[in-house]
Amino acid sequence: MKGQIIVETEDLTKKYGSRTAVDHLNIKIEEGEVFGFLGPNGAGKTTTLLMFLGLTEPTSGRAKVIGFDPTREPFKVKEKVGYLPENVGFYDDMDARQNLRYIAKLNRISGGVSEKRIDYWLEMVGLSEESTKKVGTFSKGMRQRLGIAEVLIKEPKLVFLDEPTIGLDPDGTNRMLDLIHSLSREKNITLFLSSHLLDQVQRICDRVGIMINGNLVAIGPIDELAKKKLGLGKEDYTLEEIYMKYFKEA
Amino acid sequence: MHGILTIFRKEMGDHFNSLRFLLISALIVMVGVIITSMVGMAIQEELKGMAKPSLIFLLLFTSTGKLFSFVQFIGFFGPLLGIFLGFDSINRERVSRTLSKLVSQPIFRDSIINAKFLSGVAIIAIILVATVLLISGLGIRLVGVVPGVEEVSRLVIYVVISLLYISFWLGISILFSVIFKSAATSALASLAIWIFFSFFVSLGASVLSDAVAPISQTASGVDPEMLIRHERIQRLTSLVSPMTLYSEATTTILDPMRKTTRTLILMGPLERFSMSRFQSPLPLLESIFIVIPHIISIVAITLLCFGICYLVFMRQEIRTV
Repeated sequence: MKGQIIVETEDLTKKYGSRTAVDHLNIKIEEGEVFGFLGPNGAGKTTTLLMFLGLTEPTSGRAKVIGFDPTREPFKVKEKVGYLPENVGFYDDMDARQNLRYIAKLNRISGGVSEKRIDYWLEMVGLSEESTKKVGTFSKGMRQRLGIAEVLIKEPKLVFLDEPTIGLDPDGTNRMLDLIHSLSREKNITLFLSSHLLDQVQRICDRVGIMINGNLVAIGPIDELAKKKLGLGKEDYTLEEIYMKYFKEA
Repeated sequence: MHGILTIFRKEMGDHFNSLRFLLISALIVMVGVIITSMVGMAIQEELKGMAKPSLIFLLLFTSTGKLFSFVQFIGFFGPLLGIFLGFDSINRERVSRTLSKLVSQPIFRDSIINAKFLSGVAIIAIILVATVLLISGLGIRLVGVVPGVEEVSRLVIYVVISLLYISFWLGISILFSVIFKSAATSALASLAIWIFFSFFVSLGASVLSDAVAPISQTASGVDPEMLIRHERIQRLTSLVSPMTLYSEATTTILDPMRKTTRTLILMGPLERFSMSRFQSPLPLLESIFIVIPHIISIVAITLLCFGICYLVFMRQEIRTV
């Protein structure tokens, strides 16, 4: 742990009419860690991410992302925070490189720098050879990899990934997890990923948070949660066991 | 500003590469060329051995020939052009899931909608200016008359009014593309509005005026005061439609013989006689004065429409699911 707090919330709440999507969320993420954000569908994970990016306003409470309030200064947050939504979309009639170039331009990355970065990240995600193919012809896995490259073009400090490995084949999944892991270890990028694939989360995440019905019911390193929920001394636990225990209690 | 420029460039590229743009501009250019050749030849025929009357150049645009005039064609087809260019501008990005990506880039959210609107306006301007230039060139060849300063200024004003008017329809269709998730729904909704304004408002106007101020035949003929009231009500009601505003403004600007935007002109036999004997075109400035209220109204509804569109878009929450 590097100790520096990169995401911090204070009673962050979002209500849609009478329904509370996120209820008094208090969370702290440290720089450089891989944080897994778990929870059933509709638990408020995506809403939380949207509030972190300033795409939706919290009803009450505050968030601080890389030192800025996303509601007041969304611009500063978006400059240094990447977001890969679930089933990311592309301009299908443009090729991979053109898609990346467009995003680079929107991030005010100058021409020379952006071409270098595009080459580098296309290489990293293994799409160099497909860079001039129309994205419309890409497979699901290729799109997901291109999405990762697109998020990293702006050299973010923090990346939100929503289901980054869904729909990938086993080999693709492994490569994606390795890439995520190396981003955290080598480039000191903080990764915040929400996923349902618990075995994968267990493999790469330093800490996890479990959100159920808008409430954060657990947060901490996986082994600590295991100790707390499954009793001391149990060695061969899985994250799934822990998760199901929390889920049944909630 | 940076975001607007980047998105604007991309949108322009998209327009130019799209089959839709190609088809629309081909259609407009084709119709323009056909109408002009027919009208041009007719004018040429009529003018044989005559002194050329003033402001003949504008006849290329306003005279109907066998079919319809270019101005009428743009009046009818212009709204469709605006609708075609805008009806899927926002919901296309929503369906392809690129909108959520776009809004998470460091750009102001309004630059998306501004750039989309501006690129549509730019495309409309390109099509209009190109067609008017093409027709002018063809007309100069066919009729052999070079337009004077006044004719050129009238044409420029015509293009500006048309641009504003078509932008109004672009605004309507972008508004629907923000509101409706499906492109087909937004296209149909825009077309419904278009049909409403083009057919039903004038129909409704005549029904209303018949109901409020019926013209009854009496022994001494039609009561002129009643007739005037009837006309006034019909006119005021049909002014609700942007189409009426536009067609009145453009016909007045392009035809200097017209001294008013009104359709009903009561004239005694002497006045009629003097009209036919002494042709006195209105100076440009006075034509402009006559249509200024129309132009302001068109600008106002265009801005209003885009304003609503802007507000709705800014308040929408953009989710990925």
